[in-house]
Amino acid sequence: MGAVYKRELKSYFTGMIGYIFIAFLLIVTGIFAAATNFRGRYPAFEVVLSNVNLIMLLIVPILTMRVMAEEKSAKTDQLMFSLPVSMSQIVISKYLAMCTVYLIPICVMALYPIVLSFFGTVYFLSAFSGLLGYYLLGCALISIGMFLSSLTESQVIAAVMSFGVLLALFLMRGLTSMMPQTAQASYIGFAALLLAFSLVVYLMTKNYWIAFTVAAVSEIILAIVYQFNRIWFGGAFQSLMTWLSLFDRVDSFIYGLFDLTAVVYYLSVIVIFIFLSVQSIEKRRWS
Amino acid sequence: MIEVKNVTKKYGEHIAVNNLSFTVEKGKIYGFLGPNGAGKSTTMNIITGCLAATEGQVLINGLDIFEEPVKVKNFIGYLPEQPPLYLDMTPYEFLYFVAEAKGVDKGEIDDELDEVMKITQIEDVQDRLIRNLSKGYRQRVGIAQAMLGDPEVIILDEPTVGLDPKQIIEIRELIHSLGQKCTVILSSHILSEISAICDHVIIISRGNMVANDTIENLSVNYTGKSTILLTVKGAEGKIRMALNDISEILEYEMETDENINHLKITIGLEADIREKLFYKFSEIDCPILSMVTENLSLEDVFLRLTKDETESEVAKLLKEKVIKEDDLYEDEEDDEDEEEYESMFGKKGDDN
Repeated sequence: MGAVYKRELKSYFTGMIGYIFIAFLLIVTGIFAAATNFRGRYPAFEVVLSNVNLIMLLIVPILTMRVMAEEKSAKTDQLMFSLPVSMSQIVISKYLAMCTVYLIPICVMALYPIVLSFFGTVYFLSAFSGLLGYYLLGCALISIGMFLSSLTESQVIAAVMSFGVLLALFLMRGLTSMMPQTAQASYIGFAALLLAFSLVVYLMTKNYWIAFTVAAVSEIILAIVYQFNRIWFGGAFQSLMTWLSLFDRVDSFIYGLFDLTAVVYYLSVIVIFIFLSVQSIEKRRWS
Repeated sequence: MIEVKNVTKKYGEHIAVNNLSFTVEKGKIYGFLGPNGAGKSTTMNIITGCLAATEGQVLINGLDIFEEPVKVKNFIGYLPEQPPLYLDMTPYEFLYFVAEAKGVDKGEIDDELDEVMKITQIEDVQDRLIRNLSKGYRQRVGIAQAMLGDPEVIILDEPTVGLDPKQIIEIRELIHSLGQKCTVILSSHILSEISAICDHVIIISRGNMVANDTIENLSVNYTGKSTILLTVKGAEGKIRMALNDISEILEYEMETDENINHLKITIGLEADIREKLFYKFSEIDCPILSMVTENLSLEDVFLRLTKDETESEVAKLLKEKVIKEDDLYEDEEDDEDEEEYESMFGKKGDDN
């Protein structure tokens, strides 16, 4: 397991991807920090982080696109299968390697509050909890990117898919607030969501019948529930979407709160997507 | 040590491997033979656990590869059809990584790498990026990777594909020496290659096993006899009498078509009765219109063999088609090698 982790970590720095990821993140943070903290003479570094959120949309797909897709296209996944290491160990090693790459710019960013403290009073706890929240958000996004990369053997497709999904997550709050609060709108929202889920099932199983059955059964159940309990649907879709919105969770950290539920939330997302990645790769043996 | 039990693999409707069963014993070199698409790679992938069988079971040292994959994979070194190499690493780094992942002790890794690189002769290129290595060197790095961690079985999928003749000979010698230490299973679609290195051959065609025997038994079946095809003009009875006088003839078949007789004569390998036949028939005034010694190469036989689906037909073919032993290994191969050499060096000259 250690060997896979080391190899992965090294591979980010024998190529360009690791450097691009780190440099990009640091440049953007630097610009915002210069504008807000240094020129604006504002002591709270966590505010900068809320502006850097958007950059994650662009750079997380760059970091995650090759992690599984490349193995498949270069046929090195056969080596992975034949090594005496379990698939979950390999996936976790790869994931930890990416988290380590992401930790590097976070460590550099941790210097900002320290530098700022030379010029005034800085609340370290809120600054560092902001960074922690931001790190957890990134790790959760990376796990999603890794899962999407495991679905395809093309790095380009993996990057585009990851960007699309992250963008949808980023815009989630704005989009849901535009939706009407009626039960009917919620019903349509849920129906669309189930269809999207069936599509993911199809992508993972490549089996029309399973996907079709999942879609049909879930849609019918939804329709029945809607018939009998319309009141429950009012605003339910919005609640779900807000609940799913990964980017919103980091807000409490940025406002200076250490939100334990958000920590648990992010960790759950990470575990779920690592699990899905392992399944998606194990599945290749059965195709 | 390896038991393959009723393994079937389906890709959708297509059956890649059909109810395959065989056992692999310790300390032998096994050859897996079949034309492209016969299911060789699929079978090897199933044995190594890279692919799940639709039905059936693979036991290695009594352990199911899917129930205890990590334990079982410690017994196996595998080189897939396309060597699984990380192009952004050097052979040394790559092999170090594989050794670590296979759980070789830290202190022993360097010694083992030295040994493996020496055997596969990649010491000179160990610090170059794999991306920049030729196909032959990549193949060797792939074999080196499979040898790491002292596996009990080494499985090589078409290890000599894409190598030049000199490398092919070297790799064969390498495999031969590997066979002294552990069990080797290799696949190929070149019969002469298999017969040159393997103790035991398993021939598959379209997912079915058509032969499973030792090289000795196979070559007795394939090459015990030789055939002469004759066309003789004359009366049937006269010819039959003449043939009875020649003691070397084991059996013959005869088809008569208006005074023209087509003969198929089976003789022992060492016998050469062409001159005898010539004088005999001239004695009885029956002119020989044509005389051909059947000289089927092993590859031809193999191709014919794998075209047929059932084993009985195969057996029939074995009886019918006979090959001359000497042509099989040395002469033909050397000729091929020389030709390839010439074309290779010729090309190089052109480039310069």
